[in-house]
Amino acid sequence: MIARITHVSVYVLDQDEALEFYVNKLGFRKHADIPMPGGGRWLTVVPPGQEDLEVALMPTSPWGPWNAQNAATMRELVQQGMFGFAAFKCKDVRATYEELSAKGVEFPLPPTQQPYGIIAVLKDNSGNTFSLSEFEPSKPGSDHGEN
Amino acid sequence: MEKEGWNQEVNREPGPAAPEQYPKAYLYQRIVKAKLMMEQRFTEPLDGAKLCDEAHFSRTHFIRLFKQVYGVSPRVYLGNLRLEHARTLLEQGHSATDSCYASGYQSVPTFSRAFKQRFGLAPAKYKGRHLAQAGHMQSAPMEHIPPCYAHWLGWPEIGDPG
Repeated sequence: MIARITHVSVYVLDQDEALEFYVNKLGFRKHADIPMPGGGRWLTVVPPGQEDLEVALMPTSPWGPWNAQNAATMRELVQQGMFGFAAFKCKDVRATYEELSAKGVEFPLPPTQQPYGIIAVLKDNSGNTFSLSEFEPSKPGSDHGEN
Repeated sequence: MEKEGWNQEVNREPGPAAPEQYPKAYLYQRIVKAKLMMEQRFTEPLDGAKLCDEAHFSRTHFIRLFKQVYGVSPRVYLGNLRLEHARTLLEQGHSATDSCYASGYQSVPTFSRAFKQRFGLAPAKYKGRHLAQAGHMQSAPMEHIPPCYAHWLGWPEIGDPG
């Protein structure tokens, strides 16, 4: 029986630049950074307060199983914002929007009230989009940041 | 409904209570500014009064709004920032004492207690465990990379005689 998700992948244009973005803008922590002798680099970050979920920052360069054409296609699609790899939750979308905007994060969709709640969509520095919505106040996890 | 993307104009009447639930944008900007200021200056001896002054809030108003937006009081948040920074320094190999003072703590016992409460280990123990794990990642990478990824990426032979 499947019990947990431990790893997910995000395809990025440049691993170093993506690492800088996820750590310094989004507040993730670097977890594994392992240069592989055969080429390539295993690089993962973990979201704040959820350190058992590793997000692998996967390169979109021609290496491993990727041939040049597949890699180029992947880069093109990532850049065009064709991938939404995950949904984020926060306590307050408007405050998170103000904060991340101040840090230079782009929002294709600023905070918008929908019948089901307030949402926003942000973009990483490769072009991947992520939705951002709020915890319901009474649900577990809504006190994120608390010890 | 299914055909509506987030980038398309959604033409709906705002819900009746929607706009009033949220403080005005400038309040958010001031709260966020205070938070970013903490993030930039947490190693200095900051206190609540100083933060309220900088953000042009009365003390009770500031604490209430900050808690509403971030779920913790400014004091707790500042402590968390300091502890996270200390943790990063320890992971980089700095001593517990250096990490303590460089993170804005004035006293090692206070720091050690807070650190242990948050991370479950005393600072020196945490450092030892982290460095051991980091070393293990380099010496036995295959134990830290899920096999499906590794095989797919062409790394099956590294550290894995099978």
